[in-house]
Amino acid sequence: MPSRPTQSTLAELSVGRSAVVASIDDQLTGVQRLMALGLVEGCTVTLVRRALGGDPLEISIRDAAMSVRKAEARHIRVNTSSTNS
Amino acid sequence: MASPDAQASPVIIAIGNPNTGKSTLFNALTGLRQKTANFPGVTVEKHVGTVTVESGELTLVDLPGTYSLSARSIDELIAIDVLVGNAAGLAPPTALLVVLDATNLYRNLFLAHQLRELGLPMVFALTMTDLAPGKGVTVNVEALQERLGAPVIPVVARTGEGMEALRRALASAGTLPVPGATPAMPELRESATTLQAELAAEAASVTELERAILEPSGPAGRRLAERIGDAVSQELQSRNEALGGPSLPAAEARTRYAAIRDIVEAVETRTPPAPSPLRRLGRVFNRPVPAFALFLVVMAVVFQAVFSWATPLMDIIDAGAATLSAAVSSALPPGALNSLLSDGVIAGVGAVVIFLPQILILFLFIIVLEDMGYMARAAFMMDRIMRAAGLSGRAVIPLISSFACAVPGIMGTRVISDRRTRIATIIAAPFMTCSARLPVYALLIAAFVPRQSVAGGLLNLQGLVLFGLYALGIVGGILTAMLIKRTALRGADPTLVLELPGFRLPDARSVAIRLIDRGKAFLKRAGTVIFTVAIVVWALAYFPRPSAELLAQQEQATATATATLSGQALEEELTRLANLHAAQAMEQSALGRIGKGIEPIFRPLGWDWRLSAAVVAGFPAREVVIAVLGTIFAVGNEAEPEALSDRLQNAQAPDGTALFTLPVVLGLMVFYAFCLQCAATVAVIRRETNSWRWPVFAWTYMTVLAYVGAFLTVNIAGAVA
Repeated sequence: MPSRPTQSTLAELSVGRSAVVASIDDQLTGVQRLMALGLVEGCTVTLVRRALGGDPLEISIRDAAMSVRKAEARHIRVNTSSTNS
Repeated sequence: MASPDAQASPVIIAIGNPNTGKSTLFNALTGLRQKTANFPGVTVEKHVGTVTVESGELTLVDLPGTYSLSARSIDELIAIDVLVGNAAGLAPPTALLVVLDATNLYRNLFLAHQLRELGLPMVFALTMTDLAPGKGVTVNVEALQERLGAPVIPVVARTGEGMEALRRALASAGTLPVPGATPAMPELRESATTLQAELAAEAASVTELERAILEPSGPAGRRLAERIGDAVSQELQSRNEALGGPSLPAAEARTRYAAIRDIVEAVETRTPPAPSPLRRLGRVFNRPVPAFALFLVVMAVVFQAVFSWATPLMDIIDAGAATLSAAVSSALPPGALNSLLSDGVIAGVGAVVIFLPQILILFLFIIVLEDMGYMARAAFMMDRIMRAAGLSGRAVIPLISSFACAVPGIMGTRVISDRRTRIATIIAAPFMTCSARLPVYALLIAAFVPRQSVAGGLLNLQGLVLFGLYALGIVGGILTAMLIKRTALRGADPTLVLELPGFRLPDARSVAIRLIDRGKAFLKRAGTVIFTVAIVVWALAYFPRPSAELLAQQEQATATATATLSGQALEEELTRLANLHAAQAMEQSALGRIGKGIEPIFRPLGWDWRLSAAVVAGFPAREVVIAVLGTIFAVGNEAEPEALSDRLQNAQAPDGTALFTLPVVLGLMVFYAFCLQCAATVAVIRRETNSWRWPVFAWTYMTVLAYVGAFLTVNIAGAVA
């Protein structure tokens, strides 16, 4: 099946899904801190779970988990390859 | 600059990300040959230890874990100071020991990549190599060594594996060639180098200038402007704009991670981890609802441990102090020295040591839970709830610790990186019902709250009142935090970018070393204050001595009793007289006079001079109030709680009516719930905020709140009753 990349933000990713970081709005201090932890364009990020109440989010990069608030996750655009079925 | 003579042995800096096992490694290398202090003027801990190697001794400095040298947090600023040789009392480093987590090379290499540009010899310790196979991670050590241009030594601190090789590498670290790293951002390096040439000689290192150009208005830039003049700010700003402006820090991350991805792809292979029961269990308990239930269970266990496991030890300490005090009192001739030793010094030491069992149990849980990676999980889970109060998920553990004692709670707020959120948490912490408030509540509730069931026998009124007092503390603290976050500490919501480490088994040796360390810090910070105030309160209650006239009267009464009574009756009468005379002595002591002097202030709360004096004596340390009440109501300062409750129930106001009515008692308890009657807490707030502003604010605010709260309670309860 051919896959069609769709773009959304990290905040909208569903639990258990992985995506590739496409672009980052990088002027916020919080976002820069995330980037120092390895969240940069081209890396694969997985949304592991959401905390009680939907925020913050637990994401993982190369099996290393970290916590991100929705407010920062909205500044990160990701490409998900949704398979047409 | 520190003089190199300050330390004769070579200085090696241990640096790495948090949760890499760096402290465990440091403790394994130095054992008990280490000292903890703060870096001057800040609350960043400096661990300095001695490592014995074949060729002699090395000084090893353990820096707080950091993810980068971005110089945004105080920890990172201090790390840069130490690395460039700017830290007071520390010689410039001869080499670096960089700790890398084998299961998380990608992120760990970011800091390593920055450190490579410092021009210092490096040794890499690869930790967690025992956990890597379980996670499906294999690292090619030779290839990594080649890429990094420095020795890479796999170690397992817990078993000692690789430790000998690491010691050998450290012994010769100073003579290793410097990894010839080309700067990741050549334009930035060039800009910093030319700026350095324009400035006065030795004004700043290239590293500091690079960090300041990356973020001119960040901490690194501001501090540079403070040190070498405001003119540099303009210069930093224009250089920043020439290189990319506000996106410059992001450009650094992009450039370095592009290089890191190449390294990781060449040295690391990952296969999906083998399914294990532990992993499955972890997945279940990480779901929101089970995670919350687990959190409640963990906190219940911690509470149970702090309050019931500590009790037998506390009883032993209490009894020991009483026995010692009685022995000293009877061994020495009566007089000021006798009283100073038995009632002042021994009681003062006892008042400090009695807290140790609870504090150590609390610290033990905190250290173990931290090492297991649970604290970050708790912060993640509670973040949403805490944010509603303007706090962060990180505030949960310090606030819960404060139920045992606000001092370790406030010390624990260091994990909160945002200054405003941290101060709000510090101000909220003393509102939590600490274990020193509990005996006061217990005494008053047992004596004055009717033992009756409410809600159809489901609840007990006494328990309900106690619960209400705990709730009052929590609500008071949370509302206060909200209030100051919306006024004095207003600002953008800080981020919660937080690593969530996987489950790890704590290392017993490392836990023990840190537990001793924390216990010492508590004794030093709180113990000295508590001891001093115990002596001051003793002096106020002892001096001036009763007049010759009163003494003669007292002797007369004792003589009459001895002449007319015998046996059991005489003994009882003598005890009664001794207690009565102690009460009379206290009435005309400085404390008694203060009580009478300030009685008008507290009269609206329904207090007489005796209660006023007891509460005033409790201002430096609230638990003192029970001993003072015991003396002042003439049942002795070591009275059984029942004897004191009886006496309080029968105490009369000057007009002959009961002194302690239910409204007055409820008001008194509300006063206790809010009042900051603890000099140790005030001292710790001063230390942790590095200013007098916050401790003065906290003390004034809480005292006013306590008075107003008690006044309203007395009047409302009086009107209802």
